[in-house]
Amino acid sequence: MLSPAILVPAVFNGLMTGAVYALIALGLTLIYGVLHIINFAHGALLTAAMFAAFFAYKLLGLDPYLAAVPLTVLFFGLGYALQRFVIGLAGHGDDRNILLITLGLAIVIENALLVAFRADTRTINLPYAFDVIEIGTAFLAVPRVIAFAVVILVALALWLFMRWTDTGKAIRAVAKEKLGAELSGIDVGHIYAVTFGLGTACVAVAACLLIPTYYVNPTAGNAFVLIAFTIVVLGGMGSVVGALVSGLFVGVVESLSGLYLGESLGQIGIFVMFILVLLFRPSGLFGERA
Amino acid sequence: MAEPLLRVDGVSKRFGGLLAVDNVSLDVQSGRITALIGPNGAGKTTLFAMISGFLTPSMGRIYHRGDDITGVPPYRLARRGITRTFQIVRPFAGLTVHENIAIGAHLSRRSRAAARDAAAQIAQLVGLVEMLDKPAASLTVAGRKRLELARALATEPAVLLLDEVLAGLNPTELAAMVPTIRAVTDRGITIVMIEHVMQAVMSLAQYVYVLAEGHILTEGSPQEVVGDARVIEAYLGRGAAARLNAVGAVHG
Amino acid sequence: MRALAPIAVVVALLAAVPLVTASNLVLNFLVVALLTALVGQGWNLLGGYGGQYSFGHAAFFGTGAYATAILQVRYGVNAWLGFAVGIAAGAAVGAIIGALSFRSGLKGSYFALVTLAFAEVLRIIASVAPITGAGVGTLIKLDLRPEALQFQSRVPFYWIILGLVAVSLVIMRMIEDSRFGAYLLALRENEDAAKALGVNTTLIKLGAMTVSAAIAAAGGCFYAQYFLFVDAGIAYGSWISIAALLAPIVGGAGTVFGPLLGALVVKTLGEATKLVAGDAPGLDLVIYGCVLILIVAFAPSGIAGLLRGAFQRFAAVKSLRPGQPHG
Repeated sequence: MLSPAILVPAVFNGLMTGAVYALIALGLTLIYGVLHIINFAHGALLTAAMFAAFFAYKLLGLDPYLAAVPLTVLFFGLGYALQRFVIGLAGHGDDRNILLITLGLAIVIENALLVAFRADTRTINLPYAFDVIEIGTAFLAVPRVIAFAVVILVALALWLFMRWTDTGKAIRAVAKEKLGAELSGIDVGHIYAVTFGLGTACVAVAACLLIPTYYVNPTAGNAFVLIAFTIVVLGGMGSVVGALVSGLFVGVVESLSGLYLGESLGQIGIFVMFILVLLFRPSGLFGERA
Repeated sequence: MAEPLLRVDGVSKRFGGLLAVDNVSLDVQSGRITALIGPNGAGKTTLFAMISGFLTPSMGRIYHRGDDITGVPPYRLARRGITRTFQIVRPFAGLTVHENIAIGAHLSRRSRAAARDAAAQIAQLVGLVEMLDKPAASLTVAGRKRLELARALATEPAVLLLDEVLAGLNPTELAAMVPTIRAVTDRGITIVMIEHVMQAVMSLAQYVYVLAEGHILTEGSPQEVVGDARVIEAYLGRGAAARLNAVGAVHG
Repeated sequence: MRALAPIAVVVALLAAVPLVTASNLVLNFLVVALLTALVGQGWNLLGGYGGQYSFGHAAFFGTGAYATAILQVRYGVNAWLGFAVGIAAGAAVGAIIGALSFRSGLKGSYFALVTLAFAEVLRIIASVAPITGAGVGTLIKLDLRPEALQFQSRVPFYWIILGLVAVSLVIMRMIEDSRFGAYLLALRENEDAAKALGVNTTLIKLGAMTVSAAIAAAGGCFYAQYFLFVDAGIAYGSWISIAALLAPIVGGAGTVFGPLLGALVVKTLGEATKLVAGDAPGLDLVIYGCVLILIVAFAPSGIAGLLRGAFQRFAAVKSLRPGQPHG
């Protein structure tokens, strides 16, 4: 049962799935770290992006990995607009209102997709979706390896962006000390919108990475996003490193428990972990003490 | 000397690497106004937070009438008769002034009507009678400070912890507030106040503790403390006492 | 007693409806609207008055529904007794979730998240556990006798749900007039200040949550009796968690009549949407989501708030009429 031949591939698979989870969680934690809001619409946005990737392939013949480029730009713009013109304005800066607004957005987006595309589950069939790469005893699916690599690249790109560009520094400033940043002349409304856009862009990339191997339907995003929430609270709200590390961790845990416990119990396990972390250590393993 | 009403014994508070309060001991005598002064960041509000149950000391103990109240939560302390106000005022913004004060009055009264009556009387004492039916959010800074005081008074405290209740008031408002505070003492309520407004400290306080960088620098009557060179240095920087001395402005 | 007069008037008017019309369409619409109002009333106590926004009120609704259904179907328990037990079960779940959440100091978005998670856990468990019938659900056998809380005509059902709503309105009015209610509002406005004034905020929140859960569970029990079928998606699905918060927010959070007003408006909107644009699944929720955003953006105090504002402006204008002293 515990032979390396079974364990090692399971761990590898877990790492690769975990990488995509981590990317989704990264978007969430970025938004929380800067705007201090929990984006309840994250799942619906992921679903929307998955539909977009699906139709990019079905209607335009665009390979998902290529579609990722225009979709990322598109969803960055969508996220920017949502924060700038909907959440930022309608929320009046009140935490409870913003909570309801992101929930409202989630309801609208998810159900608009339901109305437009109905509840049918769809998949795409990429010619190379089932190709494998051999590493030792493990046979790793090509799309998953690509996904892992892309996530590492995106994380690196984000890190460089935050470190070296003016906007990135402004984002870090606003996250740390909003009033001071404002007084230094930074347009906080714009920075908030850029951050939300980045978070949504992460989700767009993740969607393109998922679509080769996963199905899409109007509730698909929710499943991933609850895992993303678990990752974010585990790794600490606002901690980028935390999101990445716990993303990989959760991926491996899911893979191993799926192996031994089956799917439903695995799902409950993740929720229970989520609830326990919220109750006993909401600042997570890497976050600041609440 | 009589048994102190409130005793803080060797209390310290550490936040990670920062020692905000360092081995502070002080006594508060019943019926007096005791002031806590010191430059910003000295740890005064942290000390208040510990006395009022919002923070637990890392070390040391706090006694009220001889009972150990260290770490007792704020709502239980209020029932014991220890109530605090906040430096940054926290009105119940969506409620009227009357309802705000009534919340305090409810501590010892179940009925809404009784609480409202008691609240109206407190409003008299504090000068908020005309504002009773206005939303708390519509008050000026001075009004909010009075509301903060009124709410706390409505709980019929034995010890009232006032955190910079005079901050942000213009001279007219100050002149009006000082007698109000004195009226509170006349009712037998013991006051501990954090204050920066020196003239108020001089005219109100009977005993003063000076806090700097987390520890007690000195204590005594207002006159003794304010002329103390070390106190001046704590506020104005090293060498200030010497410079003032050269001008003949300070003793000690 | 004078304070209860508005409630009596509204309930009397609603009670008269079956005497005026025999239309099943109208009655069914009102039954569903009143059911929504009831669950919304529960949410309103915790969310509107207490300021703690739960995104998982389905947890209590579903527990009530399943408890009464399972007790009847598997253990032959009398329907009325099952109803009562269902309410108690929902209240117990509320107390547990509340105790866990509030003792951990969860508030705001974190509280919303954890309630969402609890509801989801219950949904998954219900969808696989044998006792609930797992994916198939639980079907209550048709037994059209009053003893079994089932009736041939919709009218008795209507009066039962109206009665439940009336009780919830009275409860809210009594809470408004009590120290508990005052303390609840205080902790909503500023929890630290409330603590400093002697309010045991954890206990008050827990009390509000338990009563809130009981009211929502009553809605669930009624649902089970009216529709005679419960499954995981119905009992613990997000649809009821959303309805629970939508009605009070639209109608006016923190007011006695808010949930009723909001439920009527929202359900009317849903029916109108169906008439205009057909029965596409999800369309009504799209409208509801938009309504939620619009209300929060432009009328955060809900319809009740808009009415109050209009009334105040009207009164102010009236007092300025020529020949009348003003001020």
